[in-house]
Amino acid sequence: MQADFSYIIWIPGVLLASFLVVGLFGSKLKPMLSGAIATLAILLGMVLSYSAAFQYFLGKGLVDGTYQTFIPQNWEWLRFYDTLVIKLGVMIDPISIMMLVVVTTISSMVHIYSFGYMKGEQGFERFYAYLSLFSFSMIGLVIATNIFQMYIFWELVGVSSFLLIGFYYTKPSAVAASKKAFIVTRFADFGFLVGIFVLSYYTKTFDFQELMNPDNAAITNMTGISFMGMSVLSWALLLIFMGGAGKSAMFPLHIWLPDAMEGPTPVSALIHAATMVVAGVYLVARLFGLYVLHAPDALAIVAGVGAFTSLFAALIAVTQTDIKRVLAFSTMSQIGYMMLALGVSGYVGTEGLGFTASMFHLFTHAMFKALLFLGAGAVIHAVHSNEMGDMGGLRKYLPITHITFLIAALAISGIPPFAGFFSKDEILAAAYESNQLYFWTEWFVAGLTAFYMFRLYFNIFWGNNRAYEHKPHEAPFSMSFALIFLAIMTTIVGFIPFSQYVSPNLIPFETHFHWNIAIPSVAIGVVGIVVAALLYLKPKATADKMAKAMPGLYKLSLHKFYIDEMYVWVTHTIIFNSIARPIAWFDKKVVDGSMDGIAWVTNKVSDKTKGLQSGQLQQYAFVMIAGVVGLALFILYYLN
Amino acid sequence: MDKLSLLIWVPVITMIVMAFVNDSKVKWVGAIGATVQLIQSVLLLFSFFAARNAGDTSEMLFTTDIVWYKYLNIHYATGVDGVSIALILLTSIIVFTGVFASWEIKDRTKEFFITLYMLATGVFGFFISLDLFTMFLFYELAVIPMYLLIGIWGTGPKEYSAMKLTLMLMGASAFLLVGILGIYFNSAPDGGQLTFNFIEISKIDIPASAQYFFFPLTFIGFGVLGALYPFHTWSPDGHASAPTAVSMLHAGVLMKLGGYGALRIAVMLMPEGAQYYQWIFIILAVIGAVYGAFGAIWQKDLKYINAYSSVSHLAFILFAALMFNQVAFEGAVLQMISHGLITALFFALIGMIYSRTKTRNINEMGGLMKVMPVLGVAYFIAGFASLGLPGFSAFVAEMTIFVGAFQNDELFIRVATILVISSIVITAVYVLRAAGTMLMGAIKNKEFELLPDAHWYDKVAVFVLIAVIAGMGMFPNWLASMIYDGLSPMFERFVVN
Repeated sequence: MQADFSYIIWIPGVLLASFLVVGLFGSKLKPMLSGAIATLAILLGMVLSYSAAFQYFLGKGLVDGTYQTFIPQNWEWLRFYDTLVIKLGVMIDPISIMMLVVVTTISSMVHIYSFGYMKGEQGFERFYAYLSLFSFSMIGLVIATNIFQMYIFWELVGVSSFLLIGFYYTKPSAVAASKKAFIVTRFADFGFLVGIFVLSYYTKTFDFQELMNPDNAAITNMTGISFMGMSVLSWALLLIFMGGAGKSAMFPLHIWLPDAMEGPTPVSALIHAATMVVAGVYLVARLFGLYVLHAPDALAIVAGVGAFTSLFAALIAVTQTDIKRVLAFSTMSQIGYMMLALGVSGYVGTEGLGFTASMFHLFTHAMFKALLFLGAGAVIHAVHSNEMGDMGGLRKYLPITHITFLIAALAISGIPPFAGFFSKDEILAAAYESNQLYFWTEWFVAGLTAFYMFRLYFNIFWGNNRAYEHKPHEAPFSMSFALIFLAIMTTIVGFIPFSQYVSPNLIPFETHFHWNIAIPSVAIGVVGIVVAALLYLKPKATADKMAKAMPGLYKLSLHKFYIDEMYVWVTHTIIFNSIARPIAWFDKKVVDGSMDGIAWVTNKVSDKTKGLQSGQLQQYAFVMIAGVVGLALFILYYLN
Repeated sequence: MDKLSLLIWVPVITMIVMAFVNDSKVKWVGAIGATVQLIQSVLLLFSFFAARNAGDTSEMLFTTDIVWYKYLNIHYATGVDGVSIALILLTSIIVFTGVFASWEIKDRTKEFFITLYMLATGVFGFFISLDLFTMFLFYELAVIPMYLLIGIWGTGPKEYSAMKLTLMLMGASAFLLVGILGIYFNSAPDGGQLTFNFIEISKIDIPASAQYFFFPLTFIGFGVLGALYPFHTWSPDGHASAPTAVSMLHAGVLMKLGGYGALRIAVMLMPEGAQYYQWIFIILAVIGAVYGAFGAIWQKDLKYINAYSSVSHLAFILFAALMFNQVAFEGAVLQMISHGLITALFFALIGMIYSRTKTRNINEMGGLMKVMPVLGVAYFIAGFASLGLPGFSAFVAEMTIFVGAFQNDELFIRVATILVISSIVITAVYVLRAAGTMLMGAIKNKEFELLPDAHWYDKVAVFVLIAVIAGMGMFPNWLASMIYDGLSPMFERFVVN
């Protein structure tokens, strides 16, 4: 029996309606009413997503041992050729359902949380309008039936992200950060778009199902055409991955993410931790069949970029002092894990563990990272600062925030029984099967993660028991509610048997617990925590001494390996001063100058020759006679 | 009177009425005339669809054909298909919003509006003409008022800009006239009556030797108006000096005459010539697209930014016109409409902002979003539309061009397409830089705090344009297929030849 998922379209539908209502009339409504409209819309989306998940995973989805793909709606939006058509539709399969759950859950919690966090802010209704726009776009991306639909919503989440990072638009740093985020991801999307064109040039389709069809001859054909040492399919997939790397802040396109922390903290939790930044992972997962079966070289690059980014970001996170930036680098690092897991995954049966682990980690990470950000938001709300140096001893003032933050920190450090333990364990297992180097790198990063996370935790909640000018208050109920809800999720979602639901070839498989992986990974996590505790539990100067002992390394990490400076150099010295400025000059002086030059020459010539039109008969007669004589002489001479 | 000639007569009658009312009422007459014209264009669209649905498959609808000068076989021949209807709609929308955007004109109001309507008459005449000679006449009728409009009502070095613009466009007309006459004298290679009717000409094969000679003349002739690199320099200066409504009409519609002519006349009538010179003009178009975008980064004057952005976006049209691919051609027409709307919105907003702040230098502004939220939001919308955000018209047009162009089997053209695509990244840079500097941040100038937001007439212009841009961006298929079908008959002959 065909399952009916046609109601899924209501999720983006109500969110779009909410965006339009709040966006157009928000300034005339009471701020609270605007917030309530947007929150109701996303809560409805959450209910529908959960019911779809239950219906799909526990009932109608599995037919003959394979998860089915449903396309309840697919409208033609813009036709180019008979086969090249942009459609807008809904695609239901395990990963889209999973993402629906992630997006609506986190978004709902952020909506509720923001009632407290954004209370009294100017532009409260604008904030909720943007949230609705973002949620709508993100869901459109998730349920895309074809790669062009994905690109469309990809751009729309980009612009929502821009609007939300720049929410405090009178603050220059926020304006700069929003521009940076948009332009860097736009640059990455250029690769994505060209990748789509290359793919569609050979396959003549945008449709995911046709692209993934194993009998698609065009795909096999593409693997046979070589261009600069790789097949054109690998090129196309790499270009598409470039788009994914931009959104998911993979090295070297990561520079926008730390700056994006200028946005309000709930936004960081929603967009820059849980949902939009994993869109790149989702994109690779969406096309995973192409990568793994036809372009293993492209997939190997995905793995390499993921592994490198996870290490690179973790090294930076160790020295950052802005608590949101620590979390931002931690997000990069964790997304690196997900990319790596995809990169080392196979396709069939237990070989697909990497894929499953990546999706599992995406799911659990969304919960605990959103929780960390919202907890950080509660802390910032209480002490009005982002700097670790302004915090300390807050466990007494913010008990709920403290406990929930601790749960999330344990989860990300891979301590059982919290969610991160299970997903990280699977990723490490997949890496272990594939490449020892990746395994040991990620194992080391796991230790770093535990260290910087507990450095953060101890610095905020323990450490220096300072006297606060204004006694910090625990967050209001709306905020605590979201924290508690996500803490519960963080505690339980790790027990979901993910491989029963999500696998690369849609056929569930059994996983077993990997003791040989779990023991060393928990051990390094504990080591990280203990080191952090030794250094930061009590105010001590040891950490500073260590930093002084390794000034080079410390500075390199603190300045994020100077990647930003390189970008500034490229944009200012190369693009602005060496390209744009000379072009403007060239246009003014050379191109336009030659036009003016022609006019000038014409002018001068006419000035010099205007004497010929003197109006004096004698002169005319003289010229005429001279001409006649000259002509006569010429003819005579010529005839002779 | 037939439907199409009415499109010329309404602005003419409006001009006559304007001549007899006093200055304070002129703009109302203009508004009424523009509204009538807009309604008429929409009705024309409906009757076009009605005729098509009723099974009228003739290439041009609502045709009239009156002999005008028998010995040279010049006709007043009119007719419309999906392409020209789309451009007529564009023109009436821009004239309509342009009137409201010039509501504050105080100096010689009557003369201003009459000259503006003369320009509009020329544009409408151009789009309905099927006869190359009358088409050329209407083209000149549209170009000449520009000189007066910029020279009298402009700002800055207006005489210089007006003269430059006129001279360059007149120079281009000279090329064009030679091109058109060349087409005419080769329109009957097997003997028989020569003709100016381009539908008839498209059915015959102009000898290749003639095409090699006359194609570049015609293409450059139209290309100058379409800001073909390196003949684009009249446009930044011209736009910067022109009053608001003139910039809107000029960038919005007049420059589209160039693209329309380059596509319909130059390429479609002389495909072999086009094929022969394709690579040169593709290179020029690619340079225009990328160079215009980089040029815009360095500008500080809002109008210059938008003018260079137009150079970049108009190069997309010329690029697509050289693709010999029906989807890319369709994209060219979509881009004409989309760019027309977006650039008109930009110029309208720039005019409104300038009339308040008395400066167009972005570095002297800042934080205007707080002072004038309606105009600020509208500017951001224009910016997002311009950088090709999905949901707005430019995305549809650009993607149609890119998809069409990228289906070409020649590697050279695909590489050129990628280069053109790269310019949309740069677009994001200059759009956000300008909008961010001007609208966000703290208010730089204390005097700006008291500036008024949009008046009702500003809102009419801005909201209508935004609605159309968004409407086209969200529901593109009907327009796209109308244009595609409009191109089909000529394209099919073209493939056969």
